[in-house]
Amino acid sequence: MAIDWFTIGAQILNFLVLIYLLKRFLYRPVLDAIAAREKRIAGTLAEAAAMKAEALKEREALHARNDAFDRDRTTLFAKATEAADGERKRVIEAARVAADALGEKQRQALARDARSMGDDIGRSARTEVFAIARKALADMADESLEARMTAIFIARLAALDASAKRAASGMLDTANGPAVIRSAFALPAPQQVAIRQALDAAFATKVAITFETAPELVGGIELVGGGEKLAWSLSDYLKTLEKAVTDVLSAKPPETIAATT
Amino acid sequence: MRLSPDELVYWQWGFVHLNATILCTWALMAALTLGSALAMRRLSSSEDRSPWQNLLEILVTGIKDQIGSIGLDHPARYLPFLGTLFLFVAASSLSSIIPMFEPPTGSLSTTIALALCVFVAVPVYGIRSRGLGGYLKSYIEPTVIMLPFNLISEASRTLALAVRLFGNMMSGAMIVAILISITPLLFPIVMTALGLLTGMVQAYIFSILAAVYIAAAIRAPSTPGKTAPTPAEPLAT
Repeated sequence: MAIDWFTIGAQILNFLVLIYLLKRFLYRPVLDAIAAREKRIAGTLAEAAAMKAEALKEREALHARNDAFDRDRTTLFAKATEAADGERKRVIEAARVAADALGEKQRQALARDARSMGDDIGRSARTEVFAIARKALADMADESLEARMTAIFIARLAALDASAKRAASGMLDTANGPAVIRSAFALPAPQQVAIRQALDAAFATKVAITFETAPELVGGIELVGGGEKLAWSLSDYLKTLEKAVTDVLSAKPPETIAATT
Repeated sequence: MRLSPDELVYWQWGFVHLNATILCTWALMAALTLGSALAMRRLSSSEDRSPWQNLLEILVTGIKDQIGSIGLDHPARYLPFLGTLFLFVAASSLSSIIPMFEPPTGSLSTTIALALCVFVAVPVYGIRSRGLGGYLKSYIEPTVIMLPFNLISEASRTLALAVRLFGNMMSGAMIVAILISITPLLFPIVMTALGLLTGMVQAYIFSILAAVYIAAAIRAPSTPGKTAPTPAEPLAT
């Protein structure tokens, strides 16, 4: 078997051409595709790593923000709680003050009402009592009582002291007309004469008088002249008593009433 | 009986002739190139790629990894030479099952041509890696006395490459041809399948031995593992 040198040379050339062709159509495209894929995968991995790092950074920042937020929230919550507590105390104090003021007002109003009611009741009772008393005395009054009162009037005139006599004399002097003797019942002539004599004797002069009947006196006799009067009548007694009762009730302290309500 | 496809000459003009070896080699070259071009026609660098692209990627990366496992740095630099050696020999062995097709590696001319390519490639890579002086110095290491032995080693291993591949491929084809003539069909089929396995093993052995020779040439004996600076572009051969 002889060696064919032409075939050897041709095969060498063929092999070199095949190397070129496979390098051109196989090795380089395949290796380039693999390199491009690896580069893309590496890029993707690097991008993923960068995104992961960024995500970790964001997470750390988020955690930090959350921590700061929690701290701020705690602080704000404490401040808000403290402010709310203070506000609550303030509102409660204000409400208490307002309630106290209102209670005080109510107590005062109640006291006023009680006082007013007490006054009204007292006034009514007083009026009724004195009306009843006046009616009772009026019912009981008659000529005999009138005669007795005339006697007492005369006795009083006689018992006037000097200053009282001067005052009464001045009253009679300033009168434009005759003095008036007013009585609840018409005085009989003897009693009128006795009264004239008693006046003359008391003032040591002739006193001009007239007689009038005044049922509102209930009982008793008045000497009226010059805008003044000298009286002794049950009506005056009752008025004096009523005034004294009114003064006593008015002088009663409010605390006593408030304490009783 | 024809021992080599070289003997089947289709055209001759003086020294120049066209025999079955050359024609079958061209057919294999066309098949490999067209197959690669078609598979790479819709090349995709994404995860969505064709099965043919996947197959070729597995093939190329497998060869590249094998080259790297030999100890060659930047295996992509040696991929065109060693990968083409493997693909050519493997395709030639596989083509033996095609009727009327003569495997080019069944020709001593082809195996000698491939062995000569390895014989030239080893010093080329060695000189590129270590420089001319460094490469030539490797022939007198560890001592000058080793020079003739190293030269004999270079020549003998080249011859061994050529004869080993030729012997295996030729013997397989011969055995099948003889068995077909004397036995029924079943036994030659088994032997053909065995021949395919043998051919793939031979392709692997041939390319691995070439890689080992290149690795031995580019590596300085005194500094094992240390190689000269390499260019950034691995495929710039």
